Amino acid sequence: MKVIEVRNLHKRYPDHVAVDDVSFEVSDGEIFGILGPNGAGKTTTVECVAGLRTPDRGTVRVTGIDPQQDRDALRRVLGAQLQSAALPDKIKVWEAMDLYASFYPDPTDWSELLERVGLGDKRGTYFGKLSGGQRQRLSVALALVGRPRVAVLDELTTGLDPQARRDTWELVEQVRDSGVTIVLVTHFMEEAERLCDRVALIDAGRVAATDTPAGLIAQVGGAQRLRFRPTAPFSDDLLLALPEVTEVARSGQQVVVTGTGDLAPAVMLTLANHQIVPADLRVEQATLDDAFLALTGRKLS
Amino acid sequence: MRKLLFVETKLHLRQWPTMVFTIGLPLALLLGLGSIPDLGKPDPAMGGQRFIDTQLPAQMTLLAVLTLACSVLPAVLVTYREQGVLRRMSTTPVPPGRLLAAQLIINLAIGTVSVFLLVVLGYVVLGAAMPKQLPGFVLVFLLGSAALLALGLVIASIAPTGKSAPGIGSVVMFPLMFVAGMWIPREVMPDALRVVSDYSVAGPFAQALRDTWAGHAPQPLHLIVMVAGLLVFGGIAIRLFRWE
Repeated sequence: MKVIEVRNLHKRYPDHVAVDDVSFEVSDGEIFGILGPNGAGKTTTVECVAGLRTPDRGTVRVTGIDPQQDRDALRRVLGAQLQSAALPDKIKVWEAMDLYASFYPDPTDWSELLERVGLGDKRGTYFGKLSGGQRQRLSVALALVGRPRVAVLDELTTGLDPQARRDTWELVEQVRDSGVTIVLVTHFMEEAERLCDRVALIDAGRVAATDTPAGLIAQVGGAQRLRFRPTAPFSDDLLLALPEVTEVARSGQQVVVTGTGDLAPAVMLTLANHQIVPADLRVEQATLDDAFLALTGRKLS
Repeated sequence: MRKLLFVETKLHLRQWPTMVFTIGLPLALLLGLGSIPDLGKPDPAMGGQRFIDTQLPAQMTLLAVLTLACSVLPAVLVTYREQGVLRRMSTTPVPPGRLLAAQLIINLAIGTVSVFLLVVLGYVVLGAAMPKQLPGFVLVFLLGSAALLALGLVIASIAPTGKSAPGIGSVVMFPLMFVAGMWIPREVMPDALRVVSDYSVAGPFAQALRDTWAGHAPQPLHLIVMVAGLLVFGGIAIRLFRWE
């Protein structure tokens, strides 16, 4: 069943159109990614979903609720972790959890929730003293304290170091496993590829494509590339004869082979048959970045 | 709402230097100036009233309330807006307006503590008069504080950043203290200045405090100006206040 339905959403600000025409659906229990460069309209889109902004056109439904008609009902099913939304510096972690729990009719056990996000030993710490990663985890916990069915997480890992980012990713997967549908807004290709069941690529206020990460990459051909330095000379025709290979190029000592399907095993087998070892072998696969570039003509970052 | 009030009160107490300054400065000025012997004698320029009985404590009450309204309240609210505390709260079932209400209540409570200390310590330490018209005094205090806190909301609405809020607050606060008679008692003001004072909200507040302190009824004009101030500033704040 569809937990979120967005149709032909349009929102303009006094000086520009933030969201031109955005439609997507989010199914129960999935991690749905909204991926696009800065300024693509991602945040405005989820702010409309979270009922913080009034769309100029289009419809939004969250578990059947119209965010504009019934804000109270929406707040009970949707928790949001928003960009540039923080807490006072002098509030302690436990006080924030206790306070936010009191805002909901049927809150979860916030003490257990703090343990789950890995802040069990930080309950007496001031918000102002938490690291970036800890703040984000507290922010996720606050979004979940009211037992929402849907959690909107906007730019969750921006500004975090790689370790904190991986920890946060694990947390998001745990949250999904506990049955919460997640809308994840990001401009990090790796984040979307790693976490999302489906991704909407957004560019200039429009959806360029919606699919699984693998599906999006396949849409652009799923090209792969092998780079290696051969231990013995060979003719390009040797590899061009393989059905998987579409192109062979050389730069200095390096050979770059482009192709599709089971490219790597086919090339390796052929080289081995001729006693050639591919030294410094690297396999490069198309990424969501390539998909984004192919679909919009623009780079993601 | 009770939990919100409780947590916000704790947050205020953790900013204890601000609290000490807000409550302590008027109190220190009252006790310091009040212990100058000449100020404890009946002053013919003020109709025979003693400076320490009405003018000084009324002005110190005004100082405490103006500090809260022009400095403490806007600084907290603008910082909350800047840091996204209000935005964070608007994603919950409790509207961020409750946070505003909690702040107003807490500031009024701090003002009440301040005026209580001014009255009691003035009486105990200086032998100054207690407010003789007590119900009127309480009414005037609540009405004037509400009007000035509403002005504080207007400052919070127009201040772009948390750092600029105290500056804008001072620009509003010092002229108000001047026309209210902080440095020149209203009795010795030129007539034109006293007319300005009568319509400045802070002026009526200070004078109505003095009147009730001395046992008189507050002047109707002063009550009307304070009610008008509450409505006008409140209305402007509701129109201008931005949540993010």
